Formats: sequence, structure tokens, C-alpha cells
Amino acid sequence: MHLGMDEPRECQYNQICTHNSSSPAETPHSKKRKVKRKWQVFPGRNKFYCDGRIMMAKQTGVFYLTMVLILVTSGLFFAFDCPFLASNLTPAIPAIGGVLFFFVMGMLLRASFSDPGVLPRATPDEAADVERQIDANGASGPGYRPPPRTREVLINGQTVKLKYCFTCKIFRPPRASHCSLCDNCVERFDHHCPWVGNCVGKRNYRFFYLFILSLSFLTIFIFAFVITHVILRSNRTGFLSALKDSPARYPSTTGSAKVCVLSWKQCSPFLDWRTVLEVVVCFFSVWSIVGLSGFHTYLISSNQTTNEDIKGSWSSKRGKDNYNPYSHGNILTNCCAALCGPLPPSLIDRRGFVEPDAPQPAAQSNGTNMCPTTQLQSHMCHQDQCIQSTKFVLQAATTPLLHAQPVLLGGAPVLQPKPSVGGPCSALGPGQPSLPSLPSSIPGLSCGGEVLALHDSESHCHHHIHHQHFISPEETPCAAHLGHHVPLYDPASQDSLHEDSVRGLVKLSSV
Amino acid sequence: MAETHSLQDLRQQAAIASKVFIQRDYTSGTICKFQTKFPTELEARIEKQQFEETIQTLNNLYAEAEKLGGKSYLEGCLACLTAYTIFLCMETHYEKVLKKIAKYIQEQNEKVYAPLGLLLTDPIERGLRVVEITIFEDRSIGSR
Repeated sequence: MHLGMDEPRECQYNQICTHNSSSPAETPHSKKRKVKRKWQVFPGRNKFYCDGRIMMAKQTGVFYLTMVLILVTSGLFFAFDCPFLASNLTPAIPAIGGVLFFFVMGMLLRASFSDPGVLPRATPDEAADVERQIDANGASGPGYRPPPRTREVLINGQTVKLKYCFTCKIFRPPRASHCSLCDNCVERFDHHCPWVGNCVGKRNYRFFYLFILSLSFLTIFIFAFVITHVILRSNRTGFLSALKDSPARYPSTTGSAKVCVLSWKQCSPFLDWRTVLEVVVCFFSVWSIVGLSGFHTYLISSNQTTNEDIKGSWSSKRGKDNYNPYSHGNILTNCCAALCGPLPPSLIDRRGFVEPDAPQPAAQSNGTNMCPTTQLQSHMCHQDQCIQSTKFVLQAATTPLLHAQPVLLGGAPVLQPKPSVGGPCSALGPGQPSLPSLPSSIPGLSCGGEVLALHDSESHCHHHIHHQHFISPEETPCAAHLGHHVPLYDPASQDSLHEDSVRGLVKLSSV
Repeated sequence: MAETHSLQDLRQQAAIASKVFIQRDYTSGTICKFQTKFPTELEARIEKQQFEETIQTLNNLYAEAEKLGGKSYLEGCLACLTAYTIFLCMETHYEKVLKKIAKYIQEQNEKVYAPLGLLLTDPIERGLRVVEITIFEDRSIGSR
């Protein structure tokens, strides 16, 4: 039901995108080849389903556990408790339970399947520009550059450091963080949640919050009514109609002294495995989920992320005039902004088409750097002008531009003299007039080494993360740890989730 | 018509001299806002006023998209009540504004930037991180 929720939006973006640049489908030769969508060449470690509509983290095992727990518990409740409660108390109970259940599932699926707010990686041109700025600022000699790859910005009077992300080749925007599990920079990164099987960030935080909030209501609801059911049953069978209910099994019950014994015996069939399971799951998960929603309510009301809270970024213990620059000032506005504010769009157009001529690594970050050439092709590829178009492409290729290489490498069907034009790629030396300050030492920018350089920078990034980034070793691996050591039964695992949040609180107070 | 033609002409030149990236301005928080500082690379091509006007308009449009207020709260609450299924048949305010922005950028490209040998890229294609301005080499269009 919620699976296709992102679809209309994505389509429209595609339209916007194609309207402005060019639709790859227009170009004749791309029709012959299999057109790839952007999710297929997405550089992060994510899983995609339904042709890119669904986006999840790589490890989804715990997510299925969450699903199973909710489905089994609610299923047992609806199947075995609800008929009795509906006929004996009020039919509103299954109705309310049903609404809650669907809301919980809707929010869970929405949180799990949507883009958490992944920032697309920089295009080669943008990365080059950033490098140039770093070089200009560092004013160092060529070859090596000074370590601090940070940029300071003033946000509402508070100085915030922006760190450079070696994987995404960008200065991370404020509040963004690189998720080491998904290998993406996520805007307003909260945490990576294995239970939801996705990062929790700018775009799905409200769904995550509504999920845990409604889930805590649902668990309380189920727990309360399962207990009610047991009590009602035992009362009824014990004191009112014990004999009438099952005369065959207890034919000799006559004396009033036996009633007490009977009431236990009669109700014990209802304390079978189903009831026990429901009660145990609810009892243990109630505390952790309610605790977690309480914690997130506090975070929302102060407009913080779990990440910032654990790091104690805005804690007054760090300094007297340390305050949260993102807070809107009062609790109500913070809550409204987080829960009812405008829904930001997905920045990775994952159902969009990869520009047909782009090679894999650069494909994700395609766009107008390919735009002029593809546009050119779409305009010129009337049959009689095809040769001319090739000439233009060649002309573009010989111009010393980074953007031209991807076009060339993939553009085999149009370009017969491929080897000869493949040459400029390697010939792209330091002395190019268009990008004069681009040293060949920049990782990931020399066209041939794109893929290798990417891996190189990835490892670099991890290294970097472990040294500078607090959240990654502290919080995310713990999430991973949760993912690996999934206890087989719910309570403990729910508890460990709770412990996670509690640990954050403890850490906060200890900072 | 003549203007769109020049835009096509420009793209057909396909000789990009360089690119300028207008970065985000975070001084007032994480709302989408771009720096209005005039880049030196554009000095020979476009007037400062014209450039600033474009960026300011973009900033205003993004501010409109991300504005907190009765209307956005209403939309948010309504969506929440329907478990966000309403967005299956209706687009968000943000998306409407994004369309407006795409239209605005195209219009600006056709009217102002293309004749000067420049091309704006819609920030949504760059993750709302930068406004990319491509500077094309002057060929048929005389340098200004």
C-alpha cells in the first residue's frame, strides 16, 4: 500500500529533470540499449526493490524480525482476543486496534522503504571545485595538503564545523553525517536503525517517530486488553458459568469449595502459549518502546538529533553559551516543524534514468555536465544529421573537459573512432587550460582511475571516520552489533534497543 | 522562440569553459539558501545585479517551499491523519514549488543566461547543495 508512495513524486522529478536537460529516452540509440535507472548505479550500500521505489539498508534481517514480532503479536490479538472482547465489551476495541495496527505498519514501511535524506555524491566538477577551494585556503604546495579539511560556518550565531566527506567529496552540510553502514551522507542524520532497516534522517524521521509512538500505543493497547480478556474469562468461567461452559470436562463440580480451584483450572486454558507470548512480548517491549518514544519526544521538542544528543553537541556542559542553533525557540514550534513541517523532497532521483552515455561510477552524479552533449544529440539526431552530431561529440571530446570523458567512454554506438577519442582521457594532463588548478594528485578525478580512486577514498573515509567521527564508532557499530546479535526472542532484543537509547542518555549526562 | 533557439545554439557549442558553483548559505540554519556573493568568474559575463536577483529569487522560492506556518502544518497534519496516503494522489507544497523553480530556471536560462553564454543548473539536480553555473566559451556569441 505504501510501497508506491514515492512513485508519483519521483516521476515528476524525472519530468522536471528531463524538461530542463534532456530525456535519455529521446535519443534514438538509447532505446536500443537497456536504459539503466539511477538506483542501479547508486554508489551507496543500499538495497533497492520495486525498480527503485523501495530503498533500504544492506542488512535487513532485524527489520524482518520487527515485522514478524508486530504481525504475530497483533495477529494473535486480533484472532483470539478480539472476538471475545468485541462481543463482551465493545466492538470499538478491534476497530481501534485495527486503525492503530495499520498506522503502525504504514509508518514502519514508510520509514523503512523511503529515502532517509541521502545526499548525492559530488559530481566530478563539483569535487574539483571543492578541491580548488581547499587548496586555495590551505595555500600549500602541490602534492600534499594540510590535514584540516573542515570549514566553519556561523549558524544563528553558533559556530559549526563542517567536515569534509572523503567518500561523497563534499563538505557535509550542518547536521548531516555519513552512515558507515549505508555509505551515504544523510541529511539531518539521526541514527541508523536496524529495526527499521534504514537510516533515520531528514526525510523519514517523522515516520520513524510516529512509528515508535503509535507502536507504544499499540503495545499498551494490546497488553491492556489481553490482560482484560484473561481476567474477564477467568471471572466468567470461575464465578458465573464455570459449569455451564464445560460441563463435560468437570462433571463433578458441585461444592462451593471447589469453585476457586475450578476458576484457576478454567482460566488456565486461556493462559496457553498464545496468551503467554502476547503478554511477554508486550510486557517487555512496552518499556523499551515507551522509553524510546519518550526520548524522541524530548529530542523533537528541543529539535536535536540522536546523533547530536549523544555527542552532546549543544549541551550546556560544553560551554556556557553553547546552545542549539537549529531550535525554533519553543517546544511547540519544534514539534510542529518536525512532525507537520514541509516534507523535503528526495535528492537522489533514484528512478531517473542514467544518462545513456555515462559510465558507471560517474553515472550517479550525472546531470548537466553531460547535459550539453546529450542535449546536443537529442537535437541533432535526425537521421541526416547523425554524422554531424558525431562530429559535435568529437568536438566536445577534444575540448579538454572532464565531463567529456564519460560521454566518450560509453558512447561507442555513435562514435566509431572510439580508440582515438579514448585517447584524450589519458591525455588529460595537469596542463589543461580549462581546469588549471586541478592537480593530478586529486583522488577520483583522473578519469581512468575513477573506480579505483573511489575505493581508495572509501577506505580513507572509514579511517577518517574512526578518528574524527564520534557517532560512527560509538553509535552505529552498536547498531550493527544489534543487527548481528539478534536475540531469538523479542524481550531482550527490544531491551537492548532501549539500552541503546538509555546509553545515549547516560552518555549525555556524563559528557 | 528566438531565445530558445539561442539556448539550443549554446548547447550545441558544447564547449564549456568552466563552471562556477554557488554554495549554500547556512547562516540562518539548514533551510535551503544560496550565497548571493558575486563570483569573480562571472564578472566579465553578467551584471552583478542580475545575478543577485536570480539567486535571491531562488532563495525566496526555497524559503516559500520550506516555510513553517499554518498552511504547511495543515498539510502535515492532514497527511499524518491519512497515514500519508494522501500524497498518493496529491503532491506536496514543496514539490509544487520545486516545479516552479524548475520553470523559473529554464526561463532565466532562456531569457538571460543563454544569450550571455551561461547556463544555470537546477539545484535539485545537484542535491540542493550548489547552483551550478556553466560558462560556455564564446564562439558565435561575441564576448561582452
